[in-house]
Amino acid sequence: MIALDFRQNLGDFGLDVRMEAPAGVVVLFGRSGSGKTSIVRAIAGLARPREGRIAVGGTVLFDSAAGIDVPAERRRVGYVFQDARLFPHMSVEANLRYGQKRAGPAGPSDEFGSTVALLGLGHLLSRRPGTLSGGERQRVAIGRALLARPRLLLMDEPLASLDAPRKAEVLPYLDGLRRRLGIPVVYVTHALDEVMRLADTLALVDDGRIAACGPVGEVTARVDLGPLVGRFEAGTALDTLVAGHDAEFALSRLAFAGGELVVPAVDAPEGTALRVLVRARDVMLATRPPVAISARNVFAGTVSDISLEPGAHAEVAVAIGGVRLRARITRAAAAELGLATGVPVHAIVKSVAVGRPTVHP
Amino acid sequence: MTGSPMDFLTPAELDALRLSLRVALAAVAATLPLAVLAAWILARGRFPGRGFLDGLVHLPLVLPPVVVGYILLLAFGVRGPIGHWLDAAFGIRLVFTANGASLATAVMIFPLMVRAVRLSIEALDPGLDEAARTLGAGPLDRFLTVSLPLMLPGILSGAVVAFAASLGEFGAVITFAANVPGETQTLPLAIYAATQTPGGDAAAARLAGISIALALAGLVLSEWLARRVRRMVGG
Repeated sequence: MIALDFRQNLGDFGLDVRMEAPAGVVVLFGRSGSGKTSIVRAIAGLARPREGRIAVGGTVLFDSAAGIDVPAERRRVGYVFQDARLFPHMSVEANLRYGQKRAGPAGPSDEFGSTVALLGLGHLLSRRPGTLSGGERQRVAIGRALLARPRLLLMDEPLASLDAPRKAEVLPYLDGLRRRLGIPVVYVTHALDEVMRLADTLALVDDGRIAACGPVGEVTARVDLGPLVGRFEAGTALDTLVAGHDAEFALSRLAFAGGELVVPAVDAPEGTALRVLVRARDVMLATRPPVAISARNVFAGTVSDISLEPGAHAEVAVAIGGVRLRARITRAAAAELGLATGVPVHAIVKSVAVGRPTVHP
Repeated sequence: MTGSPMDFLTPAELDALRLSLRVALAAVAATLPLAVLAAWILARGRFPGRGFLDGLVHLPLVLPPVVVGYILLLAFGVRGPIGHWLDAAFGIRLVFTANGASLATAVMIFPLMVRAVRLSIEALDPGLDEAARTLGAGPLDRFLTVSLPLMLPGILSGAVVAFAASLGEFGAVITFAANVPGETQTLPLAIYAATQTPGGDAAAARLAGISIALALAGLVLSEWLARRVRRMVGG
């Protein structure tokens, strides 16, 4: 568990961070300049808060009231920097072993080999960092941080400096890590696809504060956070299980707390946990059950929240079973349908509009 | 006469060459750790009096060398405060000795070395130091395993420049250590002595030729070293 509660001055603005997150992957999501990097630097001990408390899994790393400030080199907090920061004068292997040698009592004997295998670094061990591609460098940096046996892994936009193909090369390794690591991870990003793929807990960072923090589905469904998540990409993350396939029409049924979502066929066996993003602008609302309609997904629910914005749009959250689904419609439509909290509605989602599901056990 | 390449030098001239190399080597070797320390303090330290220390280190660069030699005479002379103590405590006398020549040379080349090392410290990426911190390395560990290896090109080029400058040091050496053949008469001093001697033109020319050859060899060596080290540190 990660418990943050601290204040820090940073030039012309300040951090005021209060959040708690369970084990798993916590994604800090927010615009550049919102303070995400400053938060992880404080956790790592590379920057010092003015006052407050930082604790990871019951170990207090910083507590101004108790006079505790564990130096960065003794915090055992792994840090993967955006720019990798490999030591240029050492081979890949020496880089990987740098933290391992300093991590105290030896870990499992195959620790080095299994980390190298997990990250696909075997053929790179004798190379110098200067000869590696961006994606390879980032994988080495991840391995180097893991081999130091950290109690917490911080990853500061590890994919941001990579082009799309390199990013696609590293992401599967991160997926693998997420499933195998027993340690909590704090992952900084401003890319929504990384949130969907990796996050267990989502914390939205805005102007040095945590604007919201909670399970991904809950946070993305909150209509009041629209501008923070980004208008275009905003949507709801649904955690689903593959319920079945329809070979004739090449469709798959994904079960979630509010029913079953029909999507274009996914290549995953029944029972696989998948996360899908249903974008708010792809959800239509009707006050009467639609008939003779091409959309495959119609869910009955009630309006749980509505946010009218100054412009043409309105954000509506619809409670369906145990989940909330966000819909982005025009203000005019909301007025005409008489939408308000508690009004029963039908949410309509076109199957072809559902984003490609990502594996998320 | 045998076929040695040094045959065309007289024994006295050969002495001057050997002494020059010895004085220069001793001066560089003794100065290097101090120069790295001073450069680190000046580049990274934030303390009152840093400007004063900076000025003090650079003083030999702007003072007339004769004045440096004179100040050394006052401090390290047998009746000077430091010289008297060295003599009384250890029986060490620096004035008019080869070690004195090394001391005078060391003081003169110190700022050159500090400047070269400091440039390499300022070029260090602080991000690498942070990375080493998060991997569990303490301050001395980080200095030895990350900063120092990456400073090596700067340290080496500083040492080579300082070595070349040492071979040419004249004013401070002749003032502090005098011009004693075989003891403190380095190449430049021998050249000066030869030009002051009737019929010494040929000797002066020979010694000047050696100086030029040494300087060129130094340049080539430093280029070669720089290239090797750059490859080694992956820059």
